[in-house]
Amino acid sequence: MNKRTIVPIGPYHALQEEPEFFKLHVEGEKVVHLDIELGYNHRGIEKLSESKTFEETIFLVERICGICSTSHPLACVQAVEDAGEIPVPERALFIRSAVGELERIHSHLLWLGLAGHFIGFNTIWMWAWRFREDVLNILELITGNRNHYGMMKPGGVRRDINKTDIPAISKLLDSLQDPIKLFRDAVVQDPLIHARTKGIGILTREKAQDYGALGPTARASGYDIDVRRDHPHAAYPMLDFDVITCEKGDVFDKAVVRILEMFESIRIIQQCLTQLEKSGGPVDSNPKTVPAGEGIGFYEAPRGEVFHYVRSDGSNRPIRHKVRAPSFMNVPTNRETVLGATVADATIILAAVDPCYCCTERMAVAVGHHDGERLLNARDLMRLSCEKTDRLMAETGLRGPSLPDFQRE
Amino acid sequence: MKSSMVLVEFLLFPGLLFTAIAGLLTTWVDRKVTALVQMRVGPPLLQPFYDIRKLLIKETCVPEDGAVGLFLLAPLLGLAGVTLASMILWRTLLNVQATFVGDLIVLVYLLVMPALSVMLGSFASRNPLASLGGSREVKLMIAYELPLVLAILVPVIQANSIRLGDLLTAQAPIFSLSGALALLVCIACTQAKLTIVPFDMPEAETELSGGALIEYSGPPLAMFKLTRAMMLFTMPVLLVVLFFGGVVSGPGWLPAVTGFLLWFVLVAVTIVVRNTTPRVCIDQAVRFFWGPVSLVALVAVMLAWLGW
Repeated sequence: MNKRTIVPIGPYHALQEEPEFFKLHVEGEKVVHLDIELGYNHRGIEKLSESKTFEETIFLVERICGICSTSHPLACVQAVEDAGEIPVPERALFIRSAVGELERIHSHLLWLGLAGHFIGFNTIWMWAWRFREDVLNILELITGNRNHYGMMKPGGVRRDINKTDIPAISKLLDSLQDPIKLFRDAVVQDPLIHARTKGIGILTREKAQDYGALGPTARASGYDIDVRRDHPHAAYPMLDFDVITCEKGDVFDKAVVRILEMFESIRIIQQCLTQLEKSGGPVDSNPKTVPAGEGIGFYEAPRGEVFHYVRSDGSNRPIRHKVRAPSFMNVPTNRETVLGATVADATIILAAVDPCYCCTERMAVAVGHHDGERLLNARDLMRLSCEKTDRLMAETGLRGPSLPDFQRE
Repeated sequence: MKSSMVLVEFLLFPGLLFTAIAGLLTTWVDRKVTALVQMRVGPPLLQPFYDIRKLLIKETCVPEDGAVGLFLLAPLLGLAGVTLASMILWRTLLNVQATFVGDLIVLVYLLVMPALSVMLGSFASRNPLASLGGSREVKLMIAYELPLVLAILVPVIQANSIRLGDLLTAQAPIFSLSGALALLVCIACTQAKLTIVPFDMPEAETELSGGALIEYSGPPLAMFKLTRAMMLFTMPVLLVVLFFGGVVSGPGWLPAVTGFLLWFVLVAVTIVVRNTTPRVCIDQAVRFFWGPVSLVALVAVMLAWLGW
């Protein structure tokens, strides 16, 4: 007798509030197999991007993800600058790094809160999000917005950081040290948190490399990668910071890496602020055209390396734009980490990579095994949809608006 | 006693109505204190009542494949159990001579009813997540009932009676070593009996999306919530009766005030524990209750036997 049952997490996640579907095949409480189904939320961003000017594209990619709303634009403007060999003033580089790191702090606090909620520790959840508000306030002070900052543009940034604001920002940043220390101590010292997070969801260094894991997911496994250091961009070559790594790759290590990274981020922002206070100058080189060519841009987003590729034909819009978000690489590692775990541990393991589904969504195309043909094309899908509508109308006796015949073939 | 009188006692005071109101007020205390701990504002005083009223006017959805009768009867079972338990407790508190010999044993059985009703309801709904929640509830109950009963034995041994009235008038067991240990065990077991963090895995919202109660809606869900609220009120009352008997019985207002304060402290302990711990896994919980907790309970029973 087959004792396997499927415990569904999704298609709409109860907590992460994003469309994704993890099918946990369980025997009792033990997970023996995992199906990952993504692609519920395909938005055609890359295609849309080809119909927008370079300036508009930046606003578009900002809306790929509400959390990485600086990482995507930053990678994108760097790709455009790479394609057009556009110079960027130094002051703009510091502002880019500062905003990017603020985004990292708020993203990590967000994850920490969610992780606390996942293991039933709601106090951590509320506290982490309470202190995240302070970070959002700083971002509002700098950019005028709490989440979608609209700061990046090819050739620089849209707003300068006022020198008069810098002491206030610096003070707010320092006030974040204590809460983050509190979270660090809570995670490092609480025996019950250890019981829930240590030794579960282990991703070994080899497997992290095999899956191409990125960001904190990889660094927690001792896989020392960070594009801020490995492929210098923005102001990072001029800044002093450490890349945090751990060894074991379990959920505990992933939490520790993220918490310690927040301290590094504060350090980086303080250095940026010092530089901004000392120097002046323009924040935008005001490029007028992007010559034909292709370019790549990357940025170490809170979840790992985000990568953009842009090709220009000399007109005012990209003819090809490719995006790869870090969760695209990190989510598959769940197949390695969740097998053998219990259902109780599965939720926190699945969340430990800090998945961001809306960054990751791709359209899935089914291809026949033998002939390599697409099994369903758009016309087939339309036909299926019409048939289902007809069937439902016949079953329920309800009448809807009749569909035009050309859609029915 | 006339049967009509019993009916009044069961439905109004100190049965359903009284316990429900007291229970819902206790959940308000829980929610308010939790909110303050978490730097939130928290709900207004009557919010728990609004919540129940809202559920009562909602539609009852019944799972298609489920055992409908059992599915709908299960919440009634739990509600009846906790109502009777509270009634017995309060009759003793109001008049020490009011109940019968062996009422403690009946009480222990009645307090199992809420957990039992959750199990029956979850299995009757035939949802995989509910089944997982139900099986966790079974494991959890098996885990905590043993140390709980052992710990309840301590006051019984000290008072040499299985009647609540005698326990209430006896010397309070808390002033002995065995009594103090047994109270600690009881507090841990209460947390599990109320299925709140760290032992809320049968309903773990984030793991099983509501688990055992996932298919419930409308009035049946309201009954479960009410049962939960009444348990939150009744369990600390039971602990006060068991362990602080001599302190809270007697004439005058002083014992009553002391009893209320002790009850409040026990509720506060529950709330604080719930806000400072993560949820543990079911295997960890079983190991915890059968290991250290049972051991402490056993030691307490032996000490009580030896007269400590």
